[in-house]
Amino acid sequence: MTELSPPAAAASTASTPPLSLTSGQLPRFIEPIVLVASLVVIATLQLVLGGFNVATWLVFSAIVYLVAIGVFSAIVEGRRKSTDRVIRGLVTAAFILAVAPLISTLWTVFSKGMGVMSWDFLTKVGGTAFDPNTLEVVSTPGALQAVVGTLIITGIAALISVPIGILAAVYLVEYAQPNNPLRRAITFLVDVMTGIPSIVAGLFAFSLFALIVGPKAFSGFSASIALCVLMIPIVIRSTEEMLRLVPNDLREAAFALGVPRSATIIKVVLRTAASGIITGVVLAVARVIGETAPIFIAASFTDNFNADPFSGPMQTLPVMAYTAYSFPGQDIDASQAQAWGAALLLVILVVIFNLIARIVAMVFAPKAR
Amino acid sequence: MADVTTAPAQKPASHIVGKRRAGDSVFLGLSTTAAVSIMLILAGVAIFLILKGLPAITANWSEGDLAGYQNKNWTSFWDYVSPLLWGSIWAALIAMVLGTPVAIGIALFISHYAPRRIAGFLGYIIDLLAAVPSIVFGLWGIIVMRPLLIPLAGFLNEYLGWIPLFQGPVSSTGSTMLAGGVVLAVMILPIVTSITREIFLQTPRLHEEAALALGATRWEMVRLAVLPYARSGMVSATLLGLGRALGETMAIALIISPSLIFSVALLTDGYNSQTIAANIALNFPIATDLQRSALIGTGLMLFVVSLAVNMLARYIIGATGPGAKGRKRGKRS
Repeated sequence: MTELSPPAAAASTASTPPLSLTSGQLPRFIEPIVLVASLVVIATLQLVLGGFNVATWLVFSAIVYLVAIGVFSAIVEGRRKSTDRVIRGLVTAAFILAVAPLISTLWTVFSKGMGVMSWDFLTKVGGTAFDPNTLEVVSTPGALQAVVGTLIITGIAALISVPIGILAAVYLVEYAQPNNPLRRAITFLVDVMTGIPSIVAGLFAFSLFALIVGPKAFSGFSASIALCVLMIPIVIRSTEEMLRLVPNDLREAAFALGVPRSATIIKVVLRTAASGIITGVVLAVARVIGETAPIFIAASFTDNFNADPFSGPMQTLPVMAYTAYSFPGQDIDASQAQAWGAALLLVILVVIFNLIARIVAMVFAPKAR
Repeated sequence: MADVTTAPAQKPASHIVGKRRAGDSVFLGLSTTAAVSIMLILAGVAIFLILKGLPAITANWSEGDLAGYQNKNWTSFWDYVSPLLWGSIWAALIAMVLGTPVAIGIALFISHYAPRRIAGFLGYIIDLLAAVPSIVFGLWGIIVMRPLLIPLAGFLNEYLGWIPLFQGPVSSTGSTMLAGGVVLAVMILPIVTSITREIFLQTPRLHEEAALALGATRWEMVRLAVLPYARSGMVSATLLGLGRALGETMAIALIISPSLIFSVALLTDGYNSQTIAANIALNFPIATDLQRSALIGTGLMLFVVSLAVNMLARYIIGATGPGAKGRKRGKRS
């Protein structure tokens, strides 16, 4: 050790061969080596002592790795390098810590939901029914009522929020002067609106319809209004961002040619930003399609098939997943299978919308020349 | 066209006025209406919640539907809402304490540690967390997180049980505030990560390079150049995460086994504080009209609190953030 410390090394250069550039450093692949070593050590310890457990194995290995690399590095490279290596390990661990629940969630949903998944599940109205002949409660798996409800409610919400969102973004970017107090107020309110708790949006829609329609206010349309409150700020934000990316040269060129402002916006600005705007809209749909609380409050839940958004409770996939799990029927296993099936369908829908968004972004992106 | 060519001859050049076109004013009117409607919607949310919640707020809680609501005798609406408000804030704080350090770590990893080529992809993976519906996280919490945390709960209670946080009796089902807080923490990760990541990436390149050129290690560079620059951004990202956690409903409603009390206990079953959002979700379908009013009243309180938190966060990021100049484009430039 003493030969490696700088003063000793400097004093001894005259007599000993010069140190190489990598002296005083750990070997290049020390980090993976220590990582594998700590994984193996903890695994053997756990296997010897009994009680092997993936979660504790990974956690303890991470701790052992961080301590080991810190100590090695402190001895050979000094305190500063040692801190650097430990922080690098910590930061990487944070990332893995976040990916683990994602993978675990998706795996759980797929493994639990696949059991009930079939063509019938998609095309039949599920629920429980009392069979008077056999005196048994029969539960049929099926999610058609929820799939239809989800698509109708989200569709109406999108029909309302997309025009409002895009037009408001056009106002903010194209019309309002930067110092306009209205513009600043709206920008601030949109920011605040993105933070509205989703259940409050549901309560708002319920209160609105309860005061207009009366006590039996549950309807799919009411849920759509609740989703609008959540969706409009998302659409405005993403559209605003996309409009800002349109080069000013394009606008100025259009104005110079004498094109009216509205025509410039519609035919030049919006057309240029179209792919980005569509991507943002699709992602916004994907975001609200999984909302449970507002739909649960505004549209309630039902086992019946109801495709009329203006009357009566409507079932949706997230609410079905919740109610089937929390308020199971007599056959608890069947109810839970329904819940996981609905959750899986929901995840698949979200994945489909995300894929559409990416494809739109890729295919229709303005061609760079 | 003919009058256009003759016009300059008749009018002095200093009075060039753009031609008013019907399409222009219609489009301007439409987009202004859309923008103003944002204000109307926000105002509408507040107004309708107040209208519908007021009957219960002013009601006499010792008689009628509200007497002994949820098996407790409340003296007034405020008596009813205060433990719920505490529960919401408590759960959100736990999520924040557990989630924020991890989120900032992830943001650092993606912005300054991961190989540049895959950083975008890694960021996309974290954004996927935001795409997972909350109900799915709730169900996942029930069957994965609850059992996973039971041994940890036992350990904490055995060795640290003298701290009120870890007091017994330890839950055997795992329907604890701890499990709920962990799931909430996972759910606020993406929003905190994406905001802090963006701010970390805005650090002036020259500051970073200067630190590295002076011989700083990567962590020293981050500590000297990146973190001071991003401090206010990290604070407001944390607050936005807190706001998100305040409003999360389903995960808490599914996982925690609550009661309407002031409690800091993390490991118990049935002695956990209840949150406003979960309380509404659990009781709304079975409530009478006046009880619904009471629940809507609690929702109004939640709205006010999360509005305040979000406004504070936006104010901090707007007033003192590093992006203050860049964000408010053209303002007093």
